[in-house]
Amino acid sequence: MLSLTNVDAAYGSFQALFGVSMRVEAGEAVAVIGANGAGKTTLLRVISGLLPASGGDMTMDGVSLRTIAPHRIVATGIAHVPESRRLFPQLSVEANLKMGAYMPAARARYAERLDYVYGLFPRLKERRGQLAGTMSGGEQQMCAIGRALMSGPKLVLLDEPSMGLAPVVVAQVFELVRRIRAEGYTVLIVEQNVQQVLKVADRAYLLEVGRIKTAGTSAELLASDDVRRAYMGL
Amino acid sequence: MDCHLDIFFLEAVLNGVLLAGLLALLALGLNLVFGVIDVVWISYAELVMVGMYGIYYAHKGGAPFLVAAVLGIVLVAVAGALMHYLVIRPVLDQPPINQLLVTGGVLFFLQAAATMAFGVEFRSIGIRLGSVNAFDMSFAWARIITFGVAIGGILALWLFLTRTYMGTAIRAISQDRQIMPLMGVDARRVYLVTSAIGGGLAGLAAALMVLQYDIYPQIGLQFGPLVFMICVLGGLGNMIGGFVAAFIISQFIAVGGSCMATEWGYAIAFLFFMVAVFIRPQGLFAAKS
Amino acid sequence: MIRISPAALVGLAALILLPWAVRFGFPGSEKYYLHVLIQILLWAFIYTGWSLMGRFGLTSLGHGAFTGIGAYATVLLWNFAGLTPWLGIPIGVAVSVVVALLVGYPCFRLRIKGHYFALMTLALTEFIRLCIVGLRDYTGGSLGTQPARAGNGISLYAVQFEPDRVLSYYVVLALWAFGLVVWLRIDRSMDRYALDAANQDEDAAASVGIDVTREKLKVTAISAALCALGGAMYGQYQMYIGPDTIAGLGVSLNIVFAVIAGGIGVLLGPTVGAVFTQLLSEGLRVAIQGSGFLKDWLGSAALALDTAIYGLLLVLFIIYMPKGILGTLLAWRDRVRAEKALRPPEAARPVPRRAA
Repeated sequence: MLSLTNVDAAYGSFQALFGVSMRVEAGEAVAVIGANGAGKTTLLRVISGLLPASGGDMTMDGVSLRTIAPHRIVATGIAHVPESRRLFPQLSVEANLKMGAYMPAARARYAERLDYVYGLFPRLKERRGQLAGTMSGGEQQMCAIGRALMSGPKLVLLDEPSMGLAPVVVAQVFELVRRIRAEGYTVLIVEQNVQQVLKVADRAYLLEVGRIKTAGTSAELLASDDVRRAYMGL
Repeated sequence: MDCHLDIFFLEAVLNGVLLAGLLALLALGLNLVFGVIDVVWISYAELVMVGMYGIYYAHKGGAPFLVAAVLGIVLVAVAGALMHYLVIRPVLDQPPINQLLVTGGVLFFLQAAATMAFGVEFRSIGIRLGSVNAFDMSFAWARIITFGVAIGGILALWLFLTRTYMGTAIRAISQDRQIMPLMGVDARRVYLVTSAIGGGLAGLAAALMVLQYDIYPQIGLQFGPLVFMICVLGGLGNMIGGFVAAFIISQFIAVGGSCMATEWGYAIAFLFFMVAVFIRPQGLFAAKS
Repeated sequence: MIRISPAALVGLAALILLPWAVRFGFPGSEKYYLHVLIQILLWAFIYTGWSLMGRFGLTSLGHGAFTGIGAYATVLLWNFAGLTPWLGIPIGVAVSVVVALLVGYPCFRLRIKGHYFALMTLALTEFIRLCIVGLRDYTGGSLGTQPARAGNGISLYAVQFEPDRVLSYYVVLALWAFGLVVWLRIDRSMDRYALDAANQDEDAAASVGIDVTREKLKVTAISAALCALGGAMYGQYQMYIGPDTIAGLGVSLNIVFAVIAGGIGVLLGPTVGAVFTQLLSEGLRVAIQGSGFLKDWLGSAALALDTAIYGLLLVLFIIYMPKGILGTLLAWRDRVRAEKALRPPEAARPVPRRAA
């Protein structure tokens, strides 16, 4: 479904990604782990078009993402849930969800999508009129994921969904991830919380200073020395 | 000073309220553009002036007033979008003061172009609507209609912003610009539409002003600075704040103007503005940060 | 002390000798040419005064207030109190400085910057203009007023010199030179670095002990004083002042435009701006006089053509040449010099380009 080949990315003269290659097949849940500053968020931004790639190629179902304008990438079936949720704080929950369905294809099925998301996340329906900025972290994450689902995507990109959340809430968030996986969405999730994310994902890539250091199944990575040394203090 | 708390005072206060409708409408367009695009259109009043001339000539050319008004609205909407596209877009990555100054250039240009094209004489569209009398007070129909239409325009905008997709996108983009592409929103398109709406509101204001005031090329200098003051007072970008600020400022003008010479009403309004901003720099209401 | 380079000395000498050159080169119409030169120098002085603030990010749209106060205070005190401008001008300057500080202090304390600051200054200039018009019994309202002519128009006591253009030229030349000296003094001072730092990052500047508010107030006071002085001298030369010719938003925007066109952070930038704008309006005026077609088409609105062109040019300058004419030229020259310094000597082999 999603394929990256030798992707480079830079912020001005500072290069953040070096020849990153990876794949995500339909139905999979793939994790990208790595330390702060490794380039995980950059990777997702390059895929969703927020940052232009400076080299290599990315394709979604065979269509090259580099040739598409950033605001059209969502139409290829990719939905990005940004780091720190990034809801519109002074818009209501429902208005946020409505924005998720902005693109023409989704707009046509707005009512249907809204019912679907409310069905999946009844808490959102309860708080539909509430200003998004006044909700708790966990609820905001739920809303952000709901917003992404409104566009009817095939692939959902999740950027550090557990960041800044209390441990109890973190568990709830990963439960959400399992739920959307069960609904049939393909998931690419970037995380610092290695333990939790490797329980949810099938495969994972380890990103270090902008390069893929290791790749494999979750079990393989959990057992790998690199990962254990760096992230579990062993 | 010739000021007693009598029926003339009340008349002045009520006229102030009527004036507030128009000022609120003007402030709305400016606030919308600032809130969304983060640019101050210093030439806003000049856009209104262009609209006024457009409506005047359309009407003189035979169009019934309402048709001329609609043409005026469309004209200024296009002018707003054009101004954004040609003049503001190229400098969006420069410091905000440059964006303000660039519209200053447009101000010069429009005033001068109008002077060259239409001459400096005052023109009146010549539509007399008469006035209504109540309890020894007299109110011009033009003012009353202006107030009603202005409120109507504000309501229409509110509906647009809350009910439609584009309206929601406009509200959203000022809260988080960067993630808009993730939802399939082309920010440049939103800016153009916002500029067109800002222009359209100016055009609506032009239609209302043409009924009450004579047109001349420098007319923008009369109310332009005032509208900026109102917007800053209410919090730049805060549409409700601007609305309330309009009512406050217009009271100063109306009451001051009836007690003393017109200039003093305005001068006091400006003085009040400066003092108020020093007391609460972000405007009377917490503006968008 | 200011070190004056040989080039500057030559330039200065040339300027001092200029009236004689004009007299020699344009016999009969020297009054007109001197008038143009005087206008250039006078406005260059005012623009330089504005740029003291403008170069540090304190873009004011309100300096029309200061030129207006300077002009009107001087003229009104002369007309109604018989007070010699030798006292009237300092009073006008003092009032301007007080106003500048009154408005500046809260602005700087409250960190009002950028376009908010610009709009505040706009309010100030409008307020002053409205006061001028409101006091119409004294100021003549929108029609303006004139200082009472002393005798034949040339008087030391009344600081009037207009009929003698050569004298006027030297007065204004001295004024202009004074403005440059002030600019240089500030440029070489610690205040300049403090203000540059504050412009870049106010918090960082404050954290290294810079009293940002005080620095900004200092430069604001000087800037206002210079513009008030310039406004007063404008009145003494033109022998006519009006709320829209020496005060108000139009004047403020003119100042900003000229400095942007000339170059904002450069000593002679504002002067280049003055040359540019004055030559532009004179050139247009002459072209319109000479062209029957233009005169017919524009009639009394002919004066508006230069404003229209200003507007267009302001837009174009900001989009394509934000450093202004002189600024861009200097930057280009510096770049060429830097490239020359980096170029390897002839004998060296060219460095191979890195693989893309």
